[in-house]
Amino acid sequence: MTELAQTRSAPALPFGRRFELVPVILFAVFAAGPILASASGAEGYVLSLLTRVMILGLAAMSLDLILGYGALVSFGHAAFLGIGAYAVGILASHGSEDALVQIPVALAASAGFGLVTGAISLRTKGVYFIMITLAFGQMLFFLATSLAAYGGDDGMTLPERSRVAGTALIESDVAFYWASFFCLLVTYALARAVVASRFGRVLRGTRENSVRMEAIGFQPFRYQLAAYVLSGMMAGLAGCLLANQTEFVSPAYMTWQRSGELIFMVVLGGLGTLHGAIIGAAAFLLLEEFLPEILHTLGFMLQEDMRARLVENWKMIFGPLLILIVLFARGGIMGLWRRGHHG
Amino acid sequence: MTPTLLFVQSLNGLQFGLILFLIAAGLTLVFGVMDFINLAHGVQYMVGAYLMAAFSAWTGNFGWALLLALPSALAVGLLLEALVFRHLYDRDHLDQVLATFGVILFLNQGVKFVWGAAPLNVPAPEWLSGSVELADGLLYPVYRLAIIVAGLAVAALLYVLVNHTRVGMLVRAGASNAPMVSALGVNIRRLFMIVFGFGAMLAGFAGAMVAPILSVEPGMGDNILILAFVVIVIGGIGSIRGAFLAALMVGLVDTVGRSFAPNLLRLFLDPATASQTGRAVAPMLIYIFMAAILFFRPAGLFPAKR
Amino acid sequence: MNVTIKTLGVAAVLGLAATPALAQEKVKIGLLLTLSGPSAVLGQQARDGFQLAVKDLGGKLGGRDVEVIVVDDELKPDVAVTKVKGLLERDKVDFVVGPIFSNVAVAVHKPIVDSNTFYISSNAGPSNLAGKSCSPYFFATSYQNDQNHEVLGKVAQDRGYKKVYLLAPNYQAGKDALAGFKRHFKGEIIEESYVPLNNLDFQSELAKIASLKPDAIFTFMPGGMGVNLVKQYRAAGLADRIPFLSAFTVDESTLPAQQDAAIGMFGGSNWAPNLDTPQNKKFVADYEAAYNSVPGSYSMHAYDAALLIDSALKATGGKTDNKDALRAALKKADFKSLRGDFKIGANGFPVQDFYLVKAAKRPDGKFQTEIVEKVFDDYTDAYAKECAATN
Repeated sequence: MTELAQTRSAPALPFGRRFELVPVILFAVFAAGPILASASGAEGYVLSLLTRVMILGLAAMSLDLILGYGALVSFGHAAFLGIGAYAVGILASHGSEDALVQIPVALAASAGFGLVTGAISLRTKGVYFIMITLAFGQMLFFLATSLAAYGGDDGMTLPERSRVAGTALIESDVAFYWASFFCLLVTYALARAVVASRFGRVLRGTRENSVRMEAIGFQPFRYQLAAYVLSGMMAGLAGCLLANQTEFVSPAYMTWQRSGELIFMVVLGGLGTLHGAIIGAAAFLLLEEFLPEILHTLGFMLQEDMRARLVENWKMIFGPLLILIVLFARGGIMGLWRRGHHG
Repeated sequence: MTPTLLFVQSLNGLQFGLILFLIAAGLTLVFGVMDFINLAHGVQYMVGAYLMAAFSAWTGNFGWALLLALPSALAVGLLLEALVFRHLYDRDHLDQVLATFGVILFLNQGVKFVWGAAPLNVPAPEWLSGSVELADGLLYPVYRLAIIVAGLAVAALLYVLVNHTRVGMLVRAGASNAPMVSALGVNIRRLFMIVFGFGAMLAGFAGAMVAPILSVEPGMGDNILILAFVVIVIGGIGSIRGAFLAALMVGLVDTVGRSFAPNLLRLFLDPATASQTGRAVAPMLIYIFMAAILFFRPAGLFPAKR
Repeated sequence: MNVTIKTLGVAAVLGLAATPALAQEKVKIGLLLTLSGPSAVLGQQARDGFQLAVKDLGGKLGGRDVEVIVVDDELKPDVAVTKVKGLLERDKVDFVVGPIFSNVAVAVHKPIVDSNTFYISSNAGPSNLAGKSCSPYFFATSYQNDQNHEVLGKVAQDRGYKKVYLLAPNYQAGKDALAGFKRHFKGEIIEESYVPLNNLDFQSELAKIASLKPDAIFTFMPGGMGVNLVKQYRAAGLADRIPFLSAFTVDESTLPAQQDAAIGMFGGSNWAPNLDTPQNKKFVADYEAAYNSVPGSYSMHAYDAALLIDSALKATGGKTDNKDALRAALKKADFKSLRGDFKIGANGFPVQDFYLVKAAKRPDGKFQTEIVEKVFDDYTDAYAKECAATN
């Protein structure tokens, strides 16, 4: 029972060799985002929503790197989001508003936290691993709520977006959108390269059979730890972006519920494809945003107060929807896509 | 800190620990025997409390309400098993996590839909609502003592059931090797259903018992679920004995640690820093405790042998 | 009145440009409230209060038809920011009213005021929005968070309590609450006890209180925590021996669950359902008839927020485009508040009276808070002088 997610392996073919439609479409849609946004008449809102999708997509993708390829279910991944966000917030409140300072600090802090907690957590397996990563996430959450100088539980507002080399390069929503797009694209490319490399193959090997990997001379622990740290750093980067997007930093970014949502996004999109996680994040966030409105539209034949009640209780629809997705759409959205193509 | 206060705090820790045990027992059995991660276990606790509130308002009597709430909690558990969980036994853990998370969303919103968002009230029975004086001026509510007694009684009952009955034997066997039990001709599906329903009823019982002292509100099961997971992981999954010990330890560490951590820290730090650090550390204590246990015993205190 | 959640957003994301031309004549109000999770009851009270006001005003504010758009912030600051951006840019609301919680208020403050939209807080009043970060676009119909706590501090001081025990959850609002209490109380604080947020069991703190025997306790325990504390305080036999002073702990949102356990416990407020004015009596009766529960201050503030907007729009002839004129009209607050005396101060927060209130059972069996005495008259918050914005 310790081999979580074992039954769903990533596609056997190595990546990068053949043309793949899904990521190309995905990034094309993101690239068209600003055009869609300005055509919609609510530019700032659409941009902000899509930026949020990309940022949490980045975080979910980083989780997929260890979850989908290493079968390491981290239930404390939101902690890295928090580290990234607080690095931005704390540095900004001390006058270092430059992203060129903030991001390296955030990455270093994420790596440090990942190294220490990963080294301890990887001693355990399966559900024990889930719970110990949760424990570290909770510790960091409570630490953040006790930081009275940085707003404690209420969090703190950033005076403005981070500067880049002293200029207000990403102050506008469109510029920030492109910055997030760039981060997501580069990280995605990097993650693809990692999983296609020898390192990635060893990591997948440890997922399938770590005893055998050890027998042929690899030390699974080292590979898993390296992947955990790398994944944490990517999530830390997402945290920096999240702080800048909302211009606000709060312990609410690292609740265990948020960690659960990240796992959720990965599974919803389909494990072990990287872009599946991004699609999962998009599906989750857009559903959360629009399900109430969709229900409102669908409830046109109901009376006004019943309709309002239906909309308010949208989670009563959302919950069973999740169950149905799990029961009938194995392999998440990417699983559906693959079946659609082969069958 | 006086010895009396320490004693009272230990009683509180014991009472909290026993409530945790009632929830964790079902969780660890379901997990150990069926290899099934049931995040919805926390909402079953909540459902127990809501059923208690509803029946208590209807009958106006604590005893009748409890008698009605227990089978209803069992029925809800079995219904969920038939509708959702049964289809997930042969899926991997992530699927189970997701689907049961969906159940949480539905039921949290569902109780709000039925009973409204405002917290509900359940009066304690008249004969248990007083308090006893443990020491000069230190009153202790009788109802809490009743929870302790009930918790210990259920623990004893579980011990007998698991160790001295045929079903208990199958459960123990199932926890260490479910396929083998199945191969021996036992109707594993029915065993699963029994274990599941029983676990749901225990969680419902815990919810019903705490309803008079805690507020009955949507989402009340979410945080306790996490604590129950902490308990079963410390205890070792599938082990009732482990869950019992771990629940008491978590209860004591949380309650006693919270009131004495600042005092302890005062030995090393100046009072202002000590109370501030104490406040920051107190909510982390159980997680630090769990991480420490797992560091030394990566499969919990009583790992199932397999 | 027309309560809708626009389907426009779906179209917007798909890039199907669709700007409603016909909705232009309506004045649009975005209600940002916590409507899910354990604290949803507070958001519901505010929503119902606001909608009752709109109904009482004949579905119009300042003579214009109203569209009220209700969104749920889920008590997540980052979710709230996205939703507020939706209100501002997709729905193009003229006013944002809400939220319940201070952390959400702080998070959405910047996007709202940066877009030069008026932001009317119907509950949260964090200190920085009253002081350093005050804005000419921000108004509150509630109070600054500290003020209710100050009421109890003043009461404890006036009654000559020597030793007081303080109890709060360990988060920012909890610390602010105790600081607010101490502003007027000069006696001895025998212990400041903090419990984790969402703490359920107060037995260890109650044991300490029993052994320390203070003259009174002061606590801030909102929501479910307050329900638990009050029931457990009563069960421990302390309620008859040690006065229970509190803020946001015993109110109309928690009394249905606390019931008899809370009777006689004190709170601080700027209003209570039994405040004796004809307008207030009608409000309470109408609210109970419509929503089957006793309104709390959350409903009252939201009701007043609608009256405030109505009065301002009347003064500008329904126009919202001249921001300075609208601001001047809002500042004048030319309406009859449910709480009687009401003015808007220099920082956009009210100048109002505060009362000591006590939980009581009404003859009809329902529970409510009732006024004991007036503690502050025309009271301004402590942060107003830090506010540099000239409202």
